[in-house]
Amino acid sequence: MDAPQVWRQFAPDLPAEKVLWSEIIPGGSHASWLLARGTALRLVALDPSVNCSVVLYALPPAQERYNMPDSLKAQHTAHYTRGHVLMSDMGRAIASITQDSLGWHDPLGSLLDTATMQDRYGAHRYEQHRNAMHRSGRDGLLIEIGKYGLGARDLIAPVNFFSKVSVDEEGRFHFAHQHAPEGASVEVRMDMDVLIALSCAPHAFDSHPVYRPGRVGIAAWRMGPAPADDYCRNHCPENQRAHYNSDRFAAR
Amino acid sequence: MNPTAQRLQTSSLSPDTAILRHRQWAGEPWLGEIKAGQTLRIVDLEGNQAVDVLFYNRHDVAEHYSATDTIQQQGGIYLTTGSRLLSNLKRPMLEIVADTCGRHDTLGGACSAESNTVRYALQKKFMHSCRDNFLHALALADIGLSKRDLVPNINFFMNVPVTESGGLKFEDGVSAPGKYVEMRAAMDLWMLASNCPQLNNPCNAYNPTPVEILVWDH
Repeated sequence: MDAPQVWRQFAPDLPAEKVLWSEIIPGGSHASWLLARGTALRLVALDPSVNCSVVLYALPPAQERYNMPDSLKAQHTAHYTRGHVLMSDMGRAIASITQDSLGWHDPLGSLLDTATMQDRYGAHRYEQHRNAMHRSGRDGLLIEIGKYGLGARDLIAPVNFFSKVSVDEEGRFHFAHQHAPEGASVEVRMDMDVLIALSCAPHAFDSHPVYRPGRVGIAAWRMGPAPADDYCRNHCPENQRAHYNSDRFAAR
Repeated sequence: MNPTAQRLQTSSLSPDTAILRHRQWAGEPWLGEIKAGQTLRIVDLEGNQAVDVLFYNRHDVAEHYSATDTIQQQGGIYLTTGSRLLSNLKRPMLEIVADTCGRHDTLGGACSAESNTVRYALQKKFMHSCRDNFLHALALADIGLSKRDLVPNINFFMNVPVTESGGLKFEDGVSAPGKYVEMRAAMDLWMLASNCPQLNNPCNAYNPTPVEILVWDH
């Protein structure tokens, strides 16, 4: 059987000998993988208005996971782009954003839930719509992490790649419509062995009345662990220390 | 009314009628029961003291306070009078009914030994922290909660603004001696608190101080 080489369509610059696999996630769908430290995922928006909600758990997926507050406050940021490190609750770099064509990915907006989704788009159940049914980002991620024994109490604040939510002086959220153009790409390198789960359901703050989640192309490739001169590692002293903590953990 | 501006509101409740008046030691954890319908007040006795708090449904501890659901539902990041504190099942756990401080944080999380190594220096690992406090309280109480349940929390009296360009700042507190926040419980709760022992940033004005916790039956 020939594995589909779809990465050649959306990430032709990747070194062919290092590509592990690739696939296209249909809009609204969800998926999960176990990835080794040093593996990178290239995510590419194949349609406009894509959202891709991602959660990360260190393996085994019991206790250590991506921690939104720790990551934001260590880097004094409320958005993610190239150079930023996603940190675990144990002070380790769990993943790093090694490339980004976009400049802003959302750590604050959380997930679309089913009640909000049905208010916005109407109910689209399987019985009437078969595979065109709607599934919320929250339910998609609950299904994925459930495959590894995790439940609702373990569902964490995700990173919403390809989405932008800014905050004004009064603290109010503002969702940027049409933030990610078709072809926008971001690359995430795993700095620990991880469970990664994602949903391509619409963003919770996307008030556009038409349900139109976009497809995301995903290519996994062997980048290798962060070298000493890595851009993300050296982005700030906090990231150096988080990477130091991960290196020490990997050397156990 | 915009969703997140400071909304100052005093309370008419008298400390004399409270069923609990508890002086919480600086730097230490507190685990207590709050019943549906009760009113809870936290007083920043000496000013600029961050109080890190999580709530759990006492009848199903898998239901916990959710920072992301709370800020998503209200459309903004700051907590003040009128903010409904939601669970991960999007159910109201409490509502803030009085607030003389005007702004509380729920993005900054709780300090930990491990995050101190990242934020300040590797050698800071042995300083006291909120998440060690949380774990200590949970270990002694043995109520079915563990590290997986230490989700993003509320930092009462702490000021963590987000800029329009997407930065996150730790500013001096907007609190002062005697300021308080008061909330009414909508379900039976565990309240897990750490009177923050952080000595490395201005959230406690580098001087952790005691706070007072009061509870009324109505």
